[in-house]
Amino acid sequence: MSEHDHVHGVHGVHGGEDHHDLPVAARVRRLEERLIAAGVASDEEIDAFLARLYESASPVNGARMTARAWTDSAYRELLLSDGNAAAAELGFEGLGYQLRVVANTPQTHNVIVCTLCSCYPVSLLGPSPGWYKSFAYRSRTVREPRAVLAEFGVTLPADVGISVWDSTSEARYMVLPVRPVGTDGMAAAKLAELVTLKGLIGTALV
Amino acid sequence: MSYAVGDRVRARTGDPDHHTRLPRYVRGQAGEVVALLGDWVLPDSSVAGLATTQTCYAVRFAAADLFGGGDHTVTVDLWESYLERA
Repeated sequence: MSEHDHVHGVHGVHGGEDHHDLPVAARVRRLEERLIAAGVASDEEIDAFLARLYESASPVNGARMTARAWTDSAYRELLLSDGNAAAAELGFEGLGYQLRVVANTPQTHNVIVCTLCSCYPVSLLGPSPGWYKSFAYRSRTVREPRAVLAEFGVTLPADVGISVWDSTSEARYMVLPVRPVGTDGMAAAKLAELVTLKGLIGTALV
Repeated sequence: MSYAVGDRVRARTGDPDHHTRLPRYVRGQAGEVVALLGDWVLPDSSVAGLATTQTCYAVRFAAADLFGGGDHTVTVDLWESYLERA
């Protein structure tokens, strides 16, 4: 791969956030047109469904769960053994999928991908970023996660293993990042502000 | 055939002419069951208008087996009929 191609690849993975420019956006628009033309759903129904879906969907939700797990070991245990129960405890009930939370440790870094489409826990992470749906991210993350993470600015020591989770079923995955050093005594609400969407996917450390 | 955590399983090699959620990159490869997820409708059946439920397993593969290189693992959720004992 030439240096030029490499730099270009960087943009391909996580450059733009403007969904309208992505090939997938054109496909979705075409699919909507076909559904409407076939009388399966109206434009208004699709809009209303999406409005309901995204009404309360935000990475703030996943961040709150993360901060609680960092400050409450019983909650951390629940989060890792029964994600749905842990979500419900913070008011996120009826997720509509099985939530599986995978914890980063000093030895293992987790990263989430959906190679077949773009499955992801929308209600807890908010709308998925354009790069998460890109062919580049979906195909390269399973094959060369260390290189993909490096392009996101995450350079892991060679002795830290990488565990990739491909969301092929009804389960939806979320990463529990490692609590940053120097945050001892920080309240959960403040800790939650440190957590990013990329951290919950695994393309950032926090 | 049902499997338990720790069992070695192999993803089937067939290339069905219908919808499936068995990714091509794991077909024919062996991995280890790391979790039983639940009994869910098999996507291959729902697309045919049926609702056959099967146990779904999280199966961990070594990247070196899948791609001939890499020190990471890839865990993929696979329905029972996608698997055979390795």
